[in-house]
Amino acid sequence: MRIDCPNCGERDRREFYYQGDAVVLNRPSEDAGAQAWDDYLHNRANPAGETRDLWFHEGGCRAWLVVERNTMTHAVHAATLAEKVKR
Amino acid sequence: MGYSGFRVIKEGLFGQKGWKPVWRDPEPKPEYDAVIIGGGGHGLSTAYYLAKEHGMTNIAVLEKGYIGGGNVGRNTTIVRANYFLPGNSEFYSHSLKLWETMEQDLNYNVMHSQRGLINLFHSDGQRDAFARRGNAMINQGDDAVLLDREGVREYLPYLDFDNVRFPIYGGLLHPRGGTARHDAVAWGYARGADQRGVDIIQNCEVTGIDIEGGKVKGVQTTRGVIRAKKVGIVVAGRSGQVAAMAGMRLPIESHVLQAFVTEGLKPVIDHVVSFGMGHFYISQSDKGGLVFGGDIDFYSSYAARGNLPMKEHVMDAAMTLMPMIGKAKVLRSWGGIMDMTPDGSPIIDKTDTEGLFIDCGWCYGGFKAVPGSGFSFAHLMATGNHHEPAAKFRLDRFRTGVGLMDEEGTGSQHNLH
Repeated sequence: MRIDCPNCGERDRREFYYQGDAVVLNRPSEDAGAQAWDDYLHNRANPAGETRDLWFHEGGCRAWLVVERNTMTHAVHAATLAEKVKR
Repeated sequence: MGYSGFRVIKEGLFGQKGWKPVWRDPEPKPEYDAVIIGGGGHGLSTAYYLAKEHGMTNIAVLEKGYIGGGNVGRNTTIVRANYFLPGNSEFYSHSLKLWETMEQDLNYNVMHSQRGLINLFHSDGQRDAFARRGNAMINQGDDAVLLDREGVREYLPYLDFDNVRFPIYGGLLHPRGGTARHDAVAWGYARGADQRGVDIIQNCEVTGIDIEGGKVKGVQTTRGVIRAKKVGIVVAGRSGQVAAMAGMRLPIESHVLQAFVTEGLKPVIDHVVSFGMGHFYISQSDKGGLVFGGDIDFYSSYAARGNLPMKEHVMDAAMTLMPMIGKAKVLRSWGGIMDMTPDGSPIIDKTDTEGLFIDCGWCYGGFKAVPGSGFSFAHLMATGNHHEPAAKFRLDRFRTGVGLMDEEGTGSQHNLH
């Protein structure tokens, strides 16, 4: 598996640390309630197919990336800087 | 139709023509008292114990593929009860006891071999942790022996004891740990359930779960609608998709775990051995192949095949621990889909829908749990009450934070187990 980092170009999966579903970018407010926090921390759509998840380019530019890929085929379609996705 | 030594000899004399299929291939009935979604090890054992322990025989197991075609036929066959935390400890202890009587109970040879499991340690701190774990196992009523370096050498003379980076300080021996023939476990439970009247329906994929007024009414399948008063979801890596049919989002991410087998060799590794300084464990199958594996690939996947980095790590660890393995040739590698929970422990619970139950989250440790999981899940489905050894496997522990079982002590978070 290779990920096309916007800063560094296409790099091997070994350079990246996997954080999980990109839902972790959407941190609820402190008073959002237990259910919102449970969804944020634990509950996942866990798709069999297209997914968006968060990777850290630990062995490269050290940017957080939102990676679009397929969990059935391991095909990686796109990688975007998380700071741009987050606004 | 029972199995015995006498029958083996008799069939041998008459050309093996007397063996018959050991479970039927029935058409699904329009309605059952209970339906189990998923004909893996856990689903089949659930059906078996529902019939045997609770007299529920008007039930069906729905399997989208074929019996033995999922994780129950893809694992590394380790059976053990060396867990530490309350909740896990009593559950796996109960499950191991069921393993020890399984063959007589099922009249089926699952080749359960209690050859002993040795977890190696490589530092003083790790020795302390294993001594503590061993004491927890003994307190639970199971067996554990702390071996020093020379003690390990008696069992495993072929290891690289003086490895410069990771010298071996000793190991925790779990004498009742071992392996079993994984396919036989699935077949034995399938046969046992079928003999008690359970319909095992293969090539039958569930496509929807019918819920009315908060109660489960049945399932939609590729072979038609099946009504049922109770439905159990036991689908391992596919838990997320099936639970979504009931409008649920689970605290589960599916990850790929790889395993490897070498060509057949003469007996060389007599136990189950795990390395303490990298993720690597190994045993030898009765066919002679060295069966070994490592950690998950650490990204969500349903591909049932992994990538090279974890393969390299496993091979590195193998060569570090037992350089002789470099002479063996890897025959094949494969991957299975693990239903990973944030704390690395499983879920056996009711859902918010009346009559709908779920058994999932077995992470990379589901095989040893096959009898215990089925026994406890059957108890829950039949009686509505949690079975004591599995009473802490609650779905709501993540929401409340009460009763988390983080066996590895790494934190209750998705990417840490």
